[in-house]
Amino acid sequence: MTDRAPQPTTAAANPPVQPLASNLLPSDVVRASAMPHITAPDRQLTKVAKLIDVSKCIGCKACQSACAEWNDTSPEIGENVGLYENPADLSSEMFTLMRYAEYENPATNELEWLIRKEGCMHCEDPGCLRACPAPGAIVQYSNGIVDFIHENCIGCGYCVTGCPFDVPRISPVKHVSTKCTLCSDRVAMGQGPACAKACPTQAITFGTKEAMIAHAEERIEDLKSRGYENAGLYDPQGVGGTHVMYVLHHADQPSLYSGLPDDPQIAPIVEDWKGPAKKVGLAAIGLAAVGAALHGIFARPLKVEPEDEEDAEGLVEAAERRAREDRA
Amino acid sequence: MKRVYSAAGDRIVSHDPLIVRRYGPFTRANHWLTAVSMLVLVLTGFAFFYPSLFFLTGLFGGGQIARWLHPIAGLVMAASFLILFVQLVRLNLPRREDVEWSMQIGDLLSGNENVMPPLGKYNAGQKLVFWGMAGLLAVMLVTGIMIWEEMVPLWQDRFPTLAGIPARRIAVALHALSAVLMMLLLILHVYAAIWTRGTFSAMLNGTVTGGWAYQHHRKWLRELAGRQGEGKPE
Ligand code: HEM
Ligand code: SF4
Ligand code: SF4
Repeated sequence: MTDRAPQPTTAAANPPVQPLASNLLPSDVVRASAMPHITAPDRQLTKVAKLIDVSKCIGCKACQSACAEWNDTSPEIGENVGLYENPADLSSEMFTLMRYAEYENPATNELEWLIRKEGCMHCEDPGCLRACPAPGAIVQYSNGIVDFIHENCIGCGYCVTGCPFDVPRISPVKHVSTKCTLCSDRVAMGQGPACAKACPTQAITFGTKEAMIAHAEERIEDLKSRGYENAGLYDPQGVGGTHVMYVLHHADQPSLYSGLPDDPQIAPIVEDWKGPAKKVGLAAIGLAAVGAALHGIFARPLKVEPEDEEDAEGLVEAAERRAREDRA
Repeated sequence: MKRVYSAAGDRIVSHDPLIVRRYGPFTRANHWLTAVSMLVLVLTGFAFFYPSLFFLTGLFGGGQIARWLHPIAGLVMAASFLILFVQLVRLNLPRREDVEWSMQIGDLLSGNENVMPPLGKYNAGQKLVFWGMAGLLAVMLVTGIMIWEEMVPLWQDRFPTLAGIPARRIAVALHALSAVLMMLLLILHVYAAIWTRGTFSAMLNGTVTGGWAYQHHRKWLRELAGRQGEGKPE
């Protein structure tokens, strides 16, 4: 038997040459959509994370190309509408997108070009997974990766409304939901994500979540020493933290970065709709059905008796007679 | 005698035994098309509503097909219901006797129907089902179209706010809430038809017995008899 691939701790390593078996197994799933009872895995993988240091990003889109290359997607050739974004938005053929924001910093009067790599954040508490009605269409592995399992997806788009980051896109051709997988297929084989591997400045790094937080702290210290006093880590706790994190120079204002949510949370209405309300609704329907059945069994039915038929004939005769007389 | 309590086509079709026509073939076909599309909608819709009901998609060949079929059945039902609506709306407008009848609902439930006020073609319960279904279906049509993922690209440029994620979150929750309320009405509707013996034949053959009409819709029967006497039953 071939050995299992190691759990990856970096995107920089080269792939091994000997054949290895996958190390991201169905039994490593800790949560799955519309499957409330998942058997607890027998092992806990080390939590991983991708760290995107926007201060190091030069906006070259190597990651975007690597993503399309690895995932074999072909975004449509678009038109230049005067923006650096290309394509204009995430799509079922583009799982990650460089977003470019021009910001005039009032404190320094300088123009800042804030470039952010947009894509799935791999939330610890994923809204997409909670909203999805199809069993097993969205899974979360014990290393933190949130993955869409296309065979189980029905293309309803509930994940789109569940996600606090507006990430999933439904393929108009295959009718399944798509997004960044954090290269779960590469991670399974001990490799880091393709984008991180391609990044020429190492603005994208990959490793254990712990190591990435430690690395971010060094970066933040460095940024602070260079005048970015609000530099910080974006690992939003409203969704339990994320497995894609940003180092931001303006961590106090995430929304400067092309609308990165300041305090992302699963929308309350999604929580309500997917929460106890459904049980109450089903219970109400069940009670009504049982109540009707009991009434049907124990109460007397409204039955028409033979004397009602006679009364009816009497009424009809009288009414007909009266009408005839009126006419005459 | 002008028709106040009856619809065009309602008439006494035989005197011995007394048989009264309640719905013509068009209305009945219309009703059953509405019912069949409703059944498809309930089975597919509730499959998405709760994980343990997802197996219902198997009836239609899987989740993808159920997802595709549901909104189409929804459009069929909405169109079918609209046609039914225009036929039935006049006699479903509320009248004074509906209030008295509703206040005495306890008597009806405990079997004392003879103390209830006499009614036209519909009682307040039937009117509740009619207007409830109409209102809920309107909500479901609008919210259903808003969350119809495949179709969103067709209209999102014109109505960007309605196509936006916050609006669609509300739409899907409202759609689910209306579905629950509609199920309650549906149970009421079907159960009332079962409990009140002799009702199904109105939607199967189109006729009811004179006794049924006398017991439950006396003013309707009296008007039909009066028109018969005047010699203009149609
Ligand atoms: C009137 C036209 C209707 C339209 C256009 C419509 C459309 C939709 C759509 C697009 C969905 C999302 C799943 C999918 O893409 O198939 C949905 C879900 C659903 N629909 Fe409808 N629908 C309609 C009427 C109804 C009716 C009459 C019922 C039954 C009472 C119903 C019950 C449901 C339920 C229970 C759900 C799942 C809600 C949830 O997941 O919480 N729908 N509908
Ligand atoms: S589109 Fe697919 S992944 Fe998204 S909620 Fe529907 S079934 Fe789940
Ligand atoms: S960012 Fe959106 S798509 Fe990605 S895991 Fe979080 S909720 Fe799901």
